[in-house]
Amino acid sequence: MTTQATSMKNEHDNKQNVRVAVDMEHLKKSFGNNHVLRDINLVIHKGENVVILGQSGTGKSVLIKCIVGLIDLDEGTLVILGQNTSELKDKELVELRKKIGFLFQSAALYDSMTVRENLEFPLRRQLHLIPKEELNSLVKEALENVGLSETIELKPSELSGGMRKRLGLARTLILKPEIMLYDEPTTGLDPITSKEISNLILEVQKKYNTSSIVITHDIECAKLTGNRIIVMKNGMCAAEGSYTDLKNSDDAWIRSFFE
Amino acid sequence: MENTILQQSQDQHQEAEIIPENFSETISDSVFKRFFLEVSSLIFFTLRFFKEVFKPPYEFNELMKQSYLIGYKSLPLTGITAFIVGLVLTIESRPTLANFGAESWLPAMVAISIVREMGPAITALIFAGKVGSGIGAELASMNVTEQIDAMQVSGTNPFKYLVVTRVLSATLMLPLLVIFADVIGLFGSLVGVNLRGSVSTHLFFSQVFQSLVFKDLFPAVIKTFFFGFAIGVIGCYKGYNSNKGTEGVGKAANSAVVFASLMVFLIDMIAVQITSLFQN
Repeated sequence: MTTQATSMKNEHDNKQNVRVAVDMEHLKKSFGNNHVLRDINLVIHKGENVVILGQSGTGKSVLIKCIVGLIDLDEGTLVILGQNTSELKDKELVELRKKIGFLFQSAALYDSMTVRENLEFPLRRQLHLIPKEELNSLVKEALENVGLSETIELKPSELSGGMRKRLGLARTLILKPEIMLYDEPTTGLDPITSKEISNLILEVQKKYNTSSIVITHDIECAKLTGNRIIVMKNGMCAAEGSYTDLKNSDDAWIRSFFE
Repeated sequence: MENTILQQSQDQHQEAEIIPENFSETISDSVFKRFFLEVSSLIFFTLRFFKEVFKPPYEFNELMKQSYLIGYKSLPLTGITAFIVGLVLTIESRPTLANFGAESWLPAMVAISIVREMGPAITALIFAGKVGSGIGAELASMNVTEQIDAMQVSGTNPFKYLVVTRVLSATLMLPLLVIFADVIGLFGSLVGVNLRGSVSTHLFFSQVFQSLVFKDLFPAVIKTFFFGFAIGVIGCYKGYNSNKGTEGVGKAANSAVVFASLMVFLIDMIAVQITSLFQN
């Protein structure tokens, strides 16, 4: 390859990197003999909401836990915001993690802390010498964004399921992540609250231009939030497309998700 | 009849399939394997503690909070127990000493018993029950509800924040609690002595301090650092590595107490051997 061709390729790759938030190539993960991720190839673009559907046990949650670094991959290349995670040192991984938000299925709020302390915790960890006034205004803003201003001195146990999810989202968004990972955000919620959470996911995408991966079994949530939908089967991406494309798929198994 | 014999034969065949020939070997293999895996895992966990404890950033605020919860909040239980132990030990010892006409030795004997053994061992066991199980259950429930994962995702080292602080607090607080328990235990003894006689506080404590020497106090306090460390590490280990699910929380709390209590006795036995070596 000539020098000009190499530089053109590099330029092309750089342009691709600028638009790509997460690039997964041949990701594999096994737990003993249980091959959870067999060969995942997926690109998430910046500002895009991707919904992942699939039966329980197909590796959806494992996939996003691999992305955020909670589970180590066995094989494959994972590039996040232009950085190959396998080449990063521990400190660099921690720095990268700060750009990724994760909303857990159970919201994972710290039970021993109040709502205010739950929100202050990530801020204090990341911005060590943050002035008290700034801390207060960030906490208030985060709570206003999710409509929970009046709960500031309550404990998580005093909140409803929907409120806990919204608080979990506020805690994640307080650090203004570039990538958001949602693990079944509407599970266990009534239809009205589910819709509220789905709308919040959309608002987050618009307001902060985040790239998101939403793991869900809730078709309404998938329809509302997903720019693109991936269907996973046996640890691999079985189908990809818009809601309408997949709903009218020739494959009866894929159609069955939308019926 | 034929059907019955056939059924019995099938049952025996099924039983043979369910229970393998080398059943007892398999069981003992798995028990030993599990035991050694558990011990090696605990050793790695302890080594990780020593690796993390000296590395900045230091979680000073959390250490203070845990010391308050682990130390200060254990004062009432420790105090009441120590008082009762001192009182009961005195009442129980009096008749035996009286038989030998050595009743006047009562304060000295009780003081040595409390300071050398009863204070450290009983306080450590209470500490294992209260603090060890508390740490195990707390970390296990944090594990089950993904709070530890959430901490890691937010860029915090959960081992440093949760484990290092709790182990350090337990290590530093138990010796203080033991000294407190010793003092309260001696007051319990004073009450016990005065139930059937009249000994002034001044006379009682002067007899106590005459009988106690540095080599009684020093090893007894030193070993409590090890007790506290063991209780902290085991509580954290059981909680941090608990199985997912609510059942895991109960198991973690329970096994933390059992294992930590056992470790207290083991350390005590080793400490006594070492102390006696130096005393001879």
